[in-house]
Amino acid sequence: MPRIVVDVMPKPEILDPQGKAIVGALPRLGFTSFSSVRQGKRFELTVDGEVTEDILAQARDAAETLLSNPVIEDVVNVEVIEA
Amino acid sequence: MTELPLIGEASTVAAEPPLAGARIGVVTFPGTLDDRDAARAVRLAGGTAVELWHADKELGDVDAVILPGGFSYGDYLRAGAIARFAPLMSKIIDAANSDAKLPVLGICNGFQILTESHLLPGSMIKNDHLKFLCRDQVLRVENSNTAWTVDYQAGQEITIPLKNQDGQYIADEKTLDALEAEGRVVFRYVGFNPNGSRRDVAGISNAAGNVVGLMPHPEHAVEAGFGPESLDGVGGSDTDGLGFFTSVLTKIVGGK
Repeated sequence: MPRIVVDVMPKPEILDPQGKAIVGALPRLGFTSFSSVRQGKRFELTVDGEVTEDILAQARDAAETLLSNPVIEDVVNVEVIEA
Repeated sequence: MTELPLIGEASTVAAEPPLAGARIGVVTFPGTLDDRDAARAVRLAGGTAVELWHADKELGDVDAVILPGGFSYGDYLRAGAIARFAPLMSKIIDAANSDAKLPVLGICNGFQILTESHLLPGSMIKNDHLKFLCRDQVLRVENSNTAWTVDYQAGQEITIPLKNQDGQYIADEKTLDALEAEGRVVFRYVGFNPNGSRRDVAGISNAAGNVVGLMPHPEHAVEAGFGPESLDGVGGSDTDGLGFFTSVLTKIVGGK
């Protein structure tokens, strides 16, 4: 069954405390090549049947209203993955 | 110590007219923790507390609403993000924006629900130090004209408990400047910023002053013997939070 993937990231100007904690932990494990980490969210919306333009529009709408908060986050990607 | 009231005996606090005629709704969401404390605070202030359930379709006969603290829906997705779409919330949003200007107070998770609802600007993210923090916190009341602060003096410092993980208030510079210019920064942290909030903001209001949200918990500082002063003597009094609840009663009874 096809899935619609929605990726949400904290806005660039928003401090990401979780990403900051992760970037602090990386060198302790010997990963020294990464200067910054930002942590986002990936949602997978499963569709029973074909993904029509209308269903994709609904997914974009849901991404902007529920899945992300436009004050602090950006929807950076909405795409269909055929299973 | 025997003269102190017992926490479990809310029913023994009898409200008297005319304040008892003021009905303050307290909303319970799945995962709400502080609804009973908020209802008790209303009773101690002299009002009548009305239990409301998030799935209710109608708001019913209430003069004001409190969104209490806790972890509605386990803070899943974002704190307050799912609770914001509860059936009762759409009624509360309409009533808060109506000409009647229903007074609404959001405490902690309730504040997060108010920002997710866009009744208040900005948002809350994880504390800058990433830890859950529980402490008695000194606040300055910056605006004593809102529905929830009329019984305080502007500039008054109060001490009430603070307990949260997602308490860092953020908004863009333009929004912050507007909030400051319009006197909508209602509470500011004093002496110590516990979470990295922009400009030490602890609580804000909407333009009309009927909707107020803050991270610390006034409902936990309403009773002698059980407040910050008794626990660690940081200053203030045990009952610094009671003014929130008497304020809204003053506003409601005065306005009738």
